[in-house]
Amino acid sequence: MIETASRIKQPEHPLDDLLRTDRIPHIWCPGCGIGTVFSSCLIAMKNSGLNLQKMAMVSGIGCSGRAAGYVAMDSFHTTHGRAIPFATGLKLGNPELNVVVFSGDGDLFAIGGNHFIHAARRNMDLTVICVNNLNYGMTGGQMAATTPHLAKTTTTPMGNPEAPFNLPLLAYAAGATYISRWTILHTRDLTRSIDTALKRKGFSFIEVLSPCPVNYGRRNKEKAFDSLKLYQDKGIIKNGANPSEIEMDFEKGITLGDFLDVDRPTCIEQYDKTCRLI
Amino acid sequence: MEFWRVPLDAHEIEVTKGIVYIIEDRCKGCGYCIEFCPRQVLEFSPGFNVKGYHPPAAVKPKECVNCHYCEIICPEFAIYSVEAPFSDQPAGVLP
Ligand code: SF4
Ligand code: SF4
Ligand code: SF4
Repeated sequence: MIETASRIKQPEHPLDDLLRTDRIPHIWCPGCGIGTVFSSCLIAMKNSGLNLQKMAMVSGIGCSGRAAGYVAMDSFHTTHGRAIPFATGLKLGNPELNVVVFSGDGDLFAIGGNHFIHAARRNMDLTVICVNNLNYGMTGGQMAATTPHLAKTTTTPMGNPEAPFNLPLLAYAAGATYISRWTILHTRDLTRSIDTALKRKGFSFIEVLSPCPVNYGRRNKEKAFDSLKLYQDKGIIKNGANPSEIEMDFEKGITLGDFLDVDRPTCIEQYDKTCRLI
Repeated sequence: MEFWRVPLDAHEIEVTKGIVYIIEDRCKGCGYCIEFCPRQVLEFSPGFNVKGYHPPAAVKPKECVNCHYCEIICPEFAIYSVEAPFSDQPAGVLP
């Protein structure tokens, strides 16, 4: 007979106090990595020692966008692509808040791409966590700005003819002051990076590669475990790597790590110095 | 655990023990916890949960080292470990 520890009266799940448990199980598909990124984010928030009453989570639209609805703290589920502008508003209105944007690649880099580059340029004091599943999962697996060249999606049945964004490089060029990339397999590094990002000021960007077995995986003959295997085999950790040399190629290799952590005056600091002279 | 070369201080190192708990009805059967547990504590159970998935069961509960890896990789908040009350206490049994 199988011995299960679960027969003993169970304590609560350690993250239950940060979850709207009445909404769990969440809508994410079996094997989807968003839940892992979300869990990493909640662990980092909980262990950071920061005041959770002064923290807010903002999400846009898409599978990852559902996160704001599951967290038991101040959260905001915004319109498509507009998570960063709403978060910017929250931060400007109440600079004491620690604002975290949790959203997907489609929301942050396609429809919301312009907002991303400008928030990075201004060095808005935000932590942006981007779950990159390489396609538009929620709407049925269409090609996104992050879909690898030649990958199959519903809108590129013969393979994607275009080249994708390399997100950390884009963030670097736009002016982000903290940049990391991990996968859902590197949960400990990811949690540590989120912790660092929460505690620093300026625009922090963390990309997390995450499997979408139901849409992207199915069309590219990649089961959830195959995606994790790819992350394991092709992931090369190079902390401090020059962002212009970061690879995002599932054949050659995917560079992972903490790439950048520099200090630069934030948007609010610059504004106060320039416009609030008294 | 098997070692290629037994570390010289292996007998002095006290390994933490854990108790792994599973909230069966939250599980969606992805198998990540089973695959990535460093001590092979878990297996799919033959039974179904309310949603029709096979949740994991601790087949070797005494092996759990409370590393929390299953807890953090589980996308469903369905599994977690806590430190066993006494380090010499076999996991899964309360004193
Ligand atoms: S469609 Fe893809 S990204 Fe969306 S919940 Fe399902 S597996 Fe996750
Ligand atoms: S805490 Fe670590 S050793 Fe224990 S069941 Fe989970 S993954 Fe395995
Ligand atoms: S990782 Fe979570 S959802 Fe997946 S099989 Fe284990 S307990 Fe179930």
